[in-house]
Amino acid sequence: MSLLQINHVEKHFGDLEVLKDISLEVEEGQVLAIIGPSGSGKSTLLRCATMLEQADGGEIIYDGLPNAVTATRAQKKEIHKYFGLVFQNFNLFPHRSVLQNVMDAPMRVQKLEKEQAKAAAMELLKKMGLEEKADSYPQQLSGGQQQRVSIARALALQPRILFFDEPTSALDPELTGEILKVIKDLAAEHMTMVIVTHEMNFAKNVADHIIFMDKGVIAVEGTPEQVFDSDNARMREFLGKLEA
Amino acid sequence: MDIATMLELLGKGALVSLEIFFVTMVGSLILGLLLCLVRMSKFVVFRLLAKFYISVMRGTPLMLQLFVVYFGPYYIFNVNISPSYKLMAVFIGFVLNYAAYFAEIYRAGIESIPIGQYEAAKLLGYGRVQTFFYIIMPQVVKRIIPPVTNETITLVKDTSLAFTLAVAEMFTIAKQIAAADRKVTAFVLAGIMYYVFNLLVAGAFAKLEKKLSYYR
Repeated sequence: MSLLQINHVEKHFGDLEVLKDISLEVEEGQVLAIIGPSGSGKSTLLRCATMLEQADGGEIIYDGLPNAVTATRAQKKEIHKYFGLVFQNFNLFPHRSVLQNVMDAPMRVQKLEKEQAKAAAMELLKKMGLEEKADSYPQQLSGGQQQRVSIARALALQPRILFFDEPTSALDPELTGEILKVIKDLAAEHMTMVIVTHEMNFAKNVADHIIFMDKGVIAVEGTPEQVFDSDNARMREFLGKLEA
Repeated sequence: MDIATMLELLGKGALVSLEIFFVTMVGSLILGLLLCLVRMSKFVVFRLLAKFYISVMRGTPLMLQLFVVYFGPYYIFNVNISPSYKLMAVFIGFVLNYAAYFAEIYRAGIESIPIGQYEAAKLLGYGRVQTFFYIIMPQVVKRIIPPVTNETITLVKDTSLAFTLAVAEMFTIAKQIAAADRKVTAFVLAGIMYYVFNLLVAGAFAKLEKKLSYYR
């Protein structure tokens, strides 16, 4: 069953066409990785899909919900409940403790009872290996720990799809590993995920479908093998630069 | 006049000064926030009106504004003003003036919050009002403490401007005593009292700043 369908999405900033006629589908339980050089439009695509940017045309349809591109403000609020997003820079709330960061939205937005929200949040923190950090504040944690808190925060709202916007770009290689492990564990639990990433090996290992974007279009897509063995010139050039 | 009598008279004046201070603080911090929201409104006309208001209030002397508020009703609208309106005029003038400064301080604070905080809140489903009060404002309060401290200290001293409308606050009384006494003792005492009060103000804000230093 497809949870998300993107049809012919377009986006420009002024004269610059950032996304040209993008179509894709995300199946339930699928891990989709979006890769590509800087400026290829992959982050913009993710920001359009999560409605942080308004697409200029096309359809973004979450299972059974109205088209996000043309949705009213009230509809958008509904659509937002469908998915979660993990940011590159975490965007944790610095004035709230780790636990509060995770349990606040379930309480205030989903109107869960405090005890219930707290128990669920502690459960998630435990899963992320951060239960003893519950009362710490974000700045007291390492980047990897902060990113794990932000994953817990997104999961607390039980999204059907979890988006990641370059979740390891702000981390050093050592910390990158711990985030990749968390994502792998989620994949094993059949969490549906869309990951914009620069980690080629990771994309290869964890994704079951990969999209390679270049200059606002999907240049290559398919299984990891199909994409990494593709003879598309831009793809080869991109991989060549990474190896160099 | 002996010092004890002087202190008693100055003390009475100090109570009026304190009253001006507290009314202005509460009134202008609230009005300033509203003004700031108008200043940041998406409607250009509102934005420009707020900008113009702020520029006039900051660009003309507070003393002049006090005169306008006090004498304006008579000269402009031909309304008779009673002497009891004096203190009210001081309150109104001070609140209108300080709100302009606080509005700009709030604006700087709000604009300094990274856009990512709004985006995270939006993705988590917070409404606009929830985002403002639970996520943005607490962080703004922390960031604006230093400039608010500055303004507050200035306000303590500015309360003495009420003497231009002959409101019996501390400076007005010090002036009367000094004139009758032909000595500057009352001024020295008043100066010390302003200074001590400002020490307390600075101390209180430092404490608040420390309390909020648990995060960056």
